[in-house]
Amino acid sequence: MGTQLSQYFPVLMLFGVAAGFAFGTLAFSVIAGKVGRRTRTKDIPYECGMLPEGPGSARMSVKFFLVALLFVLFDIEVVFMYPWAVNYRDMLKTNAPLALGGMVSFLGILFVGYVYALKKRAFDWRS
Amino acid sequence: MFDWLNYNPTAAFVVFSALKIGIAFGVVMTMVAYAVLVERKVSAFIQDRVGPNRTAPPLALKIPFVGRFLQGLGIFQPMADGLKFILKEDFTPSYVRTIYFWLAPAIAVIPALLTIAVIPFGSMLGSEKMVIADLNVGILYTFGIVSLGVYGIVLAGWSSNSKYPFLGGIRSTSQMISYEIAMGMSVIAVFMMVGDLNLSRIVEYQSGGLHHWLVWRQPLAFVIFLVSAFAETNRLPFDLPESESELVGGYHTEYSSMKFALFFLGEYANMIASSAMMVTLFFGGWQPLWGAAPAGSVFAGLTHILWFLAKLVAFMVLFIWVRWMLPRFRYDQLMDLGWRRFIPLALANILATAIGLGLYSLASN
Amino acid sequence: MPEFTDLLFYGLAALTLGFGFLTVANPFSRNPVTNAMFLVLTIISMAGLFVLLHAFFLAAIQVLVYAGAVMVLFLFVIMLLDLPEENRRQIKTLTLGLGTIAVAAIAGIFIKAISHAAPLAASDRWLDGETKPLGKILFETYLLPFEILSLLLLVAMVGVILLSKKDLK
Repeated sequence: MGTQLSQYFPVLMLFGVAAGFAFGTLAFSVIAGKVGRRTRTKDIPYECGMLPEGPGSARMSVKFFLVALLFVLFDIEVVFMYPWAVNYRDMLKTNAPLALGGMVSFLGILFVGYVYALKKRAFDWRS
Repeated sequence: MFDWLNYNPTAAFVVFSALKIGIAFGVVMTMVAYAVLVERKVSAFIQDRVGPNRTAPPLALKIPFVGRFLQGLGIFQPMADGLKFILKEDFTPSYVRTIYFWLAPAIAVIPALLTIAVIPFGSMLGSEKMVIADLNVGILYTFGIVSLGVYGIVLAGWSSNSKYPFLGGIRSTSQMISYEIAMGMSVIAVFMMVGDLNLSRIVEYQSGGLHHWLVWRQPLAFVIFLVSAFAETNRLPFDLPESESELVGGYHTEYSSMKFALFFLGEYANMIASSAMMVTLFFGGWQPLWGAAPAGSVFAGLTHILWFLAKLVAFMVLFIWVRWMLPRFRYDQLMDLGWRRFIPLALANILATAIGLGLYSLASN
Repeated sequence: MPEFTDLLFYGLAALTLGFGFLTVANPFSRNPVTNAMFLVLTIISMAGLFVLLHAFFLAAIQVLVYAGAVMVLFLFVIMLLDLPEENRRQIKTLTLGLGTIAVAAIAGIFIKAISHAAPLAASDRWLDGETKPLGKILFETYLLPFEILSLLLLVAMVGVILLSKKDLK
């Protein structure tokens, strides 16, 4: 058992503690909590005292969807930057142009996409 | 007492891990409870009010002077709040999607508590490193866990089957994922300098005193990280998911009792975790102002833990202070800042750092 | 503790398979959100398997990108579209036949690959799955595929914007 692998064991333990705490308090509040009456007015969705109109989930702007998709793409981009970042100083000693050029060209191509998104007003929430 | 541990390293490892987890967990819980009190006292101070000063168990009031003094400080308020959360009616409306309605608070709070695992909250205590899990992937673990925290909020908003929670949940998710990118990009520059993702190693890199802290070398990264941390924890000035004047309570509108308390706890635990991240990444972690080597004695080890906690508390106060000083952003301003300002800024910072490090390496050759 | 890691491996493998099964064929619920949540659990247990293989970077990325990003997107879509519970469909003979062929093909490839693979020499000779060596290989040996990947991401980005923005100017 490697030393790094053994370091994941406390994570598992912490997960157990956190999950136990979360579900434990939920269960405890069921046992200890007061049980009230369920009246009709108490049991309608809260809309500042008005009677709710229509379904609970409204239709959302497609912009939220666009943000979610772009997030996935940028997230992948960021993930590739971590292995580069930790190696950068070492690579400067061996092959400096490759260290800088490799990432700059990668980011450059993606920056084109970013500028395209800007121009197409993908991040514009005003209109 | 611990003699048998010397013969069995595995048992020792498990016992010490359990101890560290137990203590860290207890400290986080206490901090959450008292952060709420500090929040109320600070807001009262800023708004020229008194804040909680009534709650006290009758027995405590019997102590002359001290009892009254503690009552005025509101020391007993968090206990009363906690008791109330447990004893109040736990109402599950009949129109909600019950299973997810119950799961959502737990899913929101578990990742918030898991993020403390990789944070080095001290140097050494005896032969034990003061970090629950010294992972080499360090910050990637944190980001991974944080990205799971979104589920609690999405599910809460969706399962409530009501308009305000739904809008709050969607808004919150968009906001959190937008700022996750800016946050992730801002720290790349830090890792380029350190050359390691392990958080203990990052604290080591900053040893040697105040002027070695990374905040001076990467001020832009710090600013982006700080602002993103506010957005990630849904705190003012970015508390649009639960802006009470338009969305009532956002994703937790339909929640009551302990289920609501768990969301609340998750939010404060996230605040603690992001404060701890900032202390570790930019402010030298457990290092005192004048710098120090990992502690050789128990006393030094304890002072390092205290240094870490002091820095952590300073950031918590900043979080709370900002909440009562700044007005709320508009949603388009929020998205604008995240996508159109921070991402290019963070990229420029990475490029500048890359060129700077390149020149440095040329000069030193 | 070789026994303990073995135990963890079998536990996680069982969890992965079980959650995977519940993702595609949940007998208790036909709600798309439930399926998506089981997929998240499958991905997380796979991350656990990566950890056991000493692929720590991959495990972190698995959680960060798949469980965090991709699944949020899935959930978002499901909620935005507010898909109703799926009706139980009739299984057609054609679907069944094609499905069987696909499964048999994949199983064949697996069996062939496994039977040709050289057994691991010793259990302590792990490939180092840390971030640094991985980055070194990526940026020295596999630089060209990495650069091509950026083009792929660019295409995806343009596609996303084209598909979701109607008012193109």
